[in-house]
Amino acid sequence: MSAVHAPAAAAAPATGWKSWITTTDHKRIGMLYFFTAFGFFLIGGIEALMIRLQLAQPDGRLVSADTYNQLFTMHGTTMVFLALMPLSAAFFNYIIPLQIGARDVAFPRLNAFSYWVFLLGGLFINASWFAGPLFHAGHLNVAPNGGWFGYANLTERQYSPGPNIDFWLLGLQVLGIASLAAGFNFIVTILNMRAPGMRMMRLPVFSWMTLVTQFLVITAFPVITVALVLLMFDRFFGTHFYLPAAGGDPLLWQHLFWLFGHPEVYILILPAMGIISEVLPTFARKPLFGYTVVVYSGVLIGFMGWGVWSHHMFSVGLGPIADSVFSGTTMLIAVPTGVKIFNWIATLWGGQIRGTTALHFAVGFIAMFVIGGLSGVMHASPPADLQQTDTYFVVAHIHYVLFGGTILGLFAGTYYWWPKMTGRLLSETLGKWHFWLIIIGMNLAFFPMHFIGLLGMPRRIYTYSRDLGPGIATLNLVSTVGAFLIAVALLVFIWNLWRTRTHGQPAGDDPWGGATLEWTIPSPPPPYNFEFIPTVVSRLPRWSTTQMRAIPEGSPEESLPHVPSGSIWPLVTALGLPVLACAPLTHTLWLAFVGAGLLFFGIYRWAFEPFEV
Amino acid sequence: MRRTSYLLTVLLLAATACGGHFPQTTLQPKADFGFAIQGLFGDIFWWAVVVFTVVETLLVVTLIRFRARPGGPTPKPLHGHTVLEIAWTLAPALILVFIAVPTVRTIFSTEAPAPAGALKVSVIGHQWWWEYRYPDLGITTANELHLPVGQPVDLTLTTADVIHSFWDPAMGGKRDLIPTHENHLVFRPESTGTFLGQCAEFCGASHANMRLRVMVQGDSAWKAWVADQQALPAPVKKGSLEEQGAQAFQRYGCTGCHTMGDMAHGIVGPNLTHVASRTTIVGGTIVNDSAGLARWIGDPPGTKPGSLMPNMHVPPADIAALVAFLRSMK
Amino acid sequence: MTHAAAEHHTSMGVPSRKMAFWAFIGSECLLFGSLISTYLVYKGRSVVGPYPHEILNIPLTSFSTFDLLMSSLMMVLALAAVQRGDMKWGKIWLLSTALLGIVFLGMQTYEFTSFVREGLTLQTNLFGATFFVLTGTHGAHVTVGVIWLLTLFFRALQGKLGPEHALTVEISGLYWHFVDVVWIVIFTVVYLIQ
Repeated sequence: MSAVHAPAAAAAPATGWKSWITTTDHKRIGMLYFFTAFGFFLIGGIEALMIRLQLAQPDGRLVSADTYNQLFTMHGTTMVFLALMPLSAAFFNYIIPLQIGARDVAFPRLNAFSYWVFLLGGLFINASWFAGPLFHAGHLNVAPNGGWFGYANLTERQYSPGPNIDFWLLGLQVLGIASLAAGFNFIVTILNMRAPGMRMMRLPVFSWMTLVTQFLVITAFPVITVALVLLMFDRFFGTHFYLPAAGGDPLLWQHLFWLFGHPEVYILILPAMGIISEVLPTFARKPLFGYTVVVYSGVLIGFMGWGVWSHHMFSVGLGPIADSVFSGTTMLIAVPTGVKIFNWIATLWGGQIRGTTALHFAVGFIAMFVIGGLSGVMHASPPADLQQTDTYFVVAHIHYVLFGGTILGLFAGTYYWWPKMTGRLLSETLGKWHFWLIIIGMNLAFFPMHFIGLLGMPRRIYTYSRDLGPGIATLNLVSTVGAFLIAVALLVFIWNLWRTRTHGQPAGDDPWGGATLEWTIPSPPPPYNFEFIPTVVSRLPRWSTTQMRAIPEGSPEESLPHVPSGSIWPLVTALGLPVLACAPLTHTLWLAFVGAGLLFFGIYRWAFEPFEV
Repeated sequence: MRRTSYLLTVLLLAATACGGHFPQTTLQPKADFGFAIQGLFGDIFWWAVVVFTVVETLLVVTLIRFRARPGGPTPKPLHGHTVLEIAWTLAPALILVFIAVPTVRTIFSTEAPAPAGALKVSVIGHQWWWEYRYPDLGITTANELHLPVGQPVDLTLTTADVIHSFWDPAMGGKRDLIPTHENHLVFRPESTGTFLGQCAEFCGASHANMRLRVMVQGDSAWKAWVADQQALPAPVKKGSLEEQGAQAFQRYGCTGCHTMGDMAHGIVGPNLTHVASRTTIVGGTIVNDSAGLARWIGDPPGTKPGSLMPNMHVPPADIAALVAFLRSMK
Repeated sequence: MTHAAAEHHTSMGVPSRKMAFWAFIGSECLLFGSLISTYLVYKGRSVVGPYPHEILNIPLTSFSTFDLLMSSLMMVLALAAVQRGDMKWGKIWLLSTALLGIVFLGMQTYEFTSFVREGLTLQTNLFGATFFVLTGTHGAHVTVGVIWLLTLFFRALQGKLGPEHALTVEISGLYWHFVDVVWIVIFTVVYLIQ
C-alpha cells in the first residue's frame, strides 16, 4: 500500500503508516479505496486474461476445468464486488463532501470501518487462491467455483464439498457489511450535510446518482445476505433451504439472488452515469441539458430496477404470463435510460467541446453503453433471450454495459478529478493513448462475443470443440487479442499515474473551469476542505453567464476549522469480521469467540471514545 | 421475415473473417420454435440497428460540429426543452411497443402446451450427460436425441442432480432442468440432419463436456432406429473376446451403475444396451470408436474432469475385451 | 460520549445519527422481509413433521408478545424521563425495558429447547429451518437491544448519561420499537395464521 502515501500525504498534517490506519479523513479513505480497488481490478483483469488464453483456441488446456471455473467465478465476483463498486466508492468518498460543501462525511469513523471491512473481505475471498494446503485439497487453489451467481443446488455441500463456496459465501457476507455501512453513511451525508442554500434540486448529478445508488445498496444487500445466510445454514448446519430432497427449492435462491442482482447492476452503472453528467457540461461549457429529467430518470431507474429480476430467469420456465410481465418491465427501463442518453447529447449540442481525455472517456461511455443497452433490449424479449441467455452474447452485453459503461465512466472521473485529488494533472498525451487503446481493445475483445454467442457458444465452459466451426475459433482468438490490448491500455494508465506523481503539471484550484464546489478549494484540498462553508445560490455555483463566479462565503469561524483526530477502533472492529468468518470456514469454534470478542471490544471502545467531528 | 433472417445471417458471416460452417448456430433454425425466435430476433435486430445508427451519428456530428474553436462564441446556457424531452421519451417507448407486441405473441405461441399426437420424450439431466427416455416406445438412450422429421415433440425436462439447461439452437431456445420442477419444450423439427447442442446452465466441473446432438431422421430411418433400439442386441459368442468383455463388465462392477440388456440394471450412468449404435460417448465429447472407448475406460476422470465413473485401473487386456464387448452392443 | 454530529448544521433538520438509524431500519425491513417471505414460501412444504400446528405454543408466545409490548411501553417512559432530566426514573425504566427483554429471551430459549425435545430442530424439516432462522434472527436482535439498554443503564448509574444524551436513548428506543414491531409481524405470520 506504499503507493498510497504519495499523493494525499503531502497535504495532510500527519504522516506515517499509523496516520493511515487510524485515518477518518474522507479524502484519505477515498485514496485508500481507489488504490485497493484498482489492485483488485488488476487481479480480476489477470483472471480475465487467463480465461481468454484458455479460450484462444478450441480444446485449450492452459488450466484445468476446475481452475477455469474458479477463474471465471472470481473474475465476476472480483469485478463486481471488489473493483467496480469500491472504485465508485473512491469517488463517493473523495468527491461527495467536496461537491456538497461539507468538511467530511456524516460518520467519519463508520467510513473508515467500511473501507477496512472491504479490504479485509477482499483479502479473505482471495486467500482462497492459496489456501488449498490448509484444507488438504491436494492443490494450491481452492477459490470459489460456482459462478458469481452461485446457483443452488450446485453450491450445496453435496455437489461442492470443498471450502471453495465457503470462502465465497462468507466473504460476500463480510463485504455486504462494508457496503451497507457506507450506504447509511452516504445517504445521511448527502441528505444532511449540504452547504447552506444547496437544495436537493441544486445537488450535482453525481451526488444525486450516488444517493440513488446508496438507497439501492441498503435495500438490495439485505436480500442477498439472507440468501447467503440460508446457503450457509445448508452447508454448515444441515438445513434444507435449497435441497430438493427435503422439499426445498433451488429456485428460491435464484429469486433472492436476482432480486438483489438486478438492483446491483444499477448500483454499478448509476455512479458512472453521475460522473459523466459532471464531465460533459464542464467540457462543453454548457449546463447539463434537462437536469431535472436526468435526475428523475435516475431515480426512476432505481425504482424500476426492483421490478425486473425475473428477466434473468426466462429459461427457468416461469410461464408465459410472468415472462410477458417481466419482459414489459425490462423494456420500460430502456425509456429513462434512453432519455439520459439524449440529454447528454443535447448537453454537447451547441457547446464549445474541449477534447480532454476526461471528455473522451465520457463520450466513449455514451457510444459503448448504447451498444450494451440495445443488446439488452434484445434479451428483454424472452423468446430471443432463450437463444441468447447463458451464451457469449450475454457476455458481450454485460461487458458493453459494465466495461463500456462503468469502467469508461470511472476513467472519465479519474482524469477529471485526479488533479483535485493529487494537485497534479494526468498527462493528456498518455491519456489519449490510454483511451484509444482501450476503445480498440474492448471492441476487439467484446464485439466478436456477440457473434460467438449467436453462433452457438455457451458461456462458462472451460473448453469448446472444434466442431463449433473454425469461425468460432477465429473470433475467440480476436477476442483474446483484444483483451491483451486492454491490458496494454491499463499499463499506459498505470504509467500515467506513476509519472504524474513527479512530472504532472500543477493543477491549481480549478484546471477545467468546473461549475461545482470542489473547484473552489485548493488541490489537493486541506484536511478541513473548506475554510469557510460556502453559501450556494444556484445549481452551478461557479458559473455565471459570462465568467467564473466567486462563491459567497458563509460566516467566518473564530479559529481554523476543527479536524477530527483519527481512530483505531474502526480497524479493530473490522478485524473481528474476517476472524469470525474463519470460524465456520475452518470449523474452529474458538475463532468465533475471538472474532466476536474483537467486534464487541471494537464497538465498545468506538462508542465511548472521545471523538469530535 | 425469412428474408430478414437471411440478411442477418449474411451480415454475420461477412463479419466473421472465415465465414463457413457453424453446426451450433442459432441463426439457421431447423424447427418451428427456432423459426419463431429468429423472426422476432430479426425484427428487434433491425430496430436496434436503426437506433444505433441514429444515436451514434448524432453523437459524432455533435462532436465534430461543436468542437471548441479559438475565439468561438460562448455557448448559450440552455437548461432544457420540454417538448424535446417529451419527444425523446415517447420515441423509444413507441419503438418498444413495436417490439413488445410480437414478443408477447411469440411467448404465448412458443410456450403453448404440446399438440395431441406429439412424440413424448423425457429428458433427464445428469452431471454430465443426457438421458433420454421414450415412454411410449420403451427406449432409453443417452446424449443423442433421435427424432422423426415433421412430427411435434414434447420434451419433459427434469434433472437427477443439479440445474442443467437443454439447448439445441437449431431446434430453438433453451429450457432449464430444475430439481422439483418439471419443464416442457415443444417443437417440430422441419428438416433432417444432425444438430449440435449442449448444456447451457453452469452445472459443475465438466459443464463444458455436457454436449448433445439432435438427430432428425426421415420416416424410414426413424422407424429402423426405433426397431433396433427396441430389440435386444445379439448375445455374445461363446469363447469370443466379446464374451471376455462381458465377464469383465461384471467383474469390474460396471453393472452397478449401467443398464446393459438383461445383464445389468444400474441407473446411475447411461444405459449401454445399444451403446454401439451411438456416434459419440462421454457426454457427446468423444467419437464412439475403439480408441475413444479405450481412452475413456482407461481414465474417466482424466477424460471428463469430475467424472462420477472412477478410474478402475483396468489393464490393457481387459480394456480391449471391454471395448470389443461394447462395440458389439448395437 | 460526545456525539457532536447532532450539534452540527443539518440540511434536513434531523440529527444525522437519527437519520442514519432510520435508513438502517429501512434496510432491516428488507432483511426480515426476505426471511418472512422464505418462511411463507416454504409454508406447508415440509415433507416430514413435526408441523407447526402440532408444536407451536400460542398461549406461551402470546405472553412473550405481551411482555415485549410492555417493554416498548417502558422504553417510551424511559425516553420521556431522560428527556425531562429525571434520571432516577430514567434508570428504572431503562432497566425494566432490558429486564422484560431478558424475560422474552428466556421464554424464547425455553420454547426452542422444548421444540428440540419434541423433535423439531434446524435439520428436521423446512418448517424447523425457516422457523429457527427467522425467530433466531429476531432473538439475536433482541439480544443486541438488551446489551445496548444495559450499557445505557450502567452509564446512567455512573452518572455518565444525562438529558444531553436524550438522542442516544431515543435511537436505542427506535431500535427497540422496531424489534418489537417485527415480532408482532412474526407472531401474526408464524403463530396466528397457520
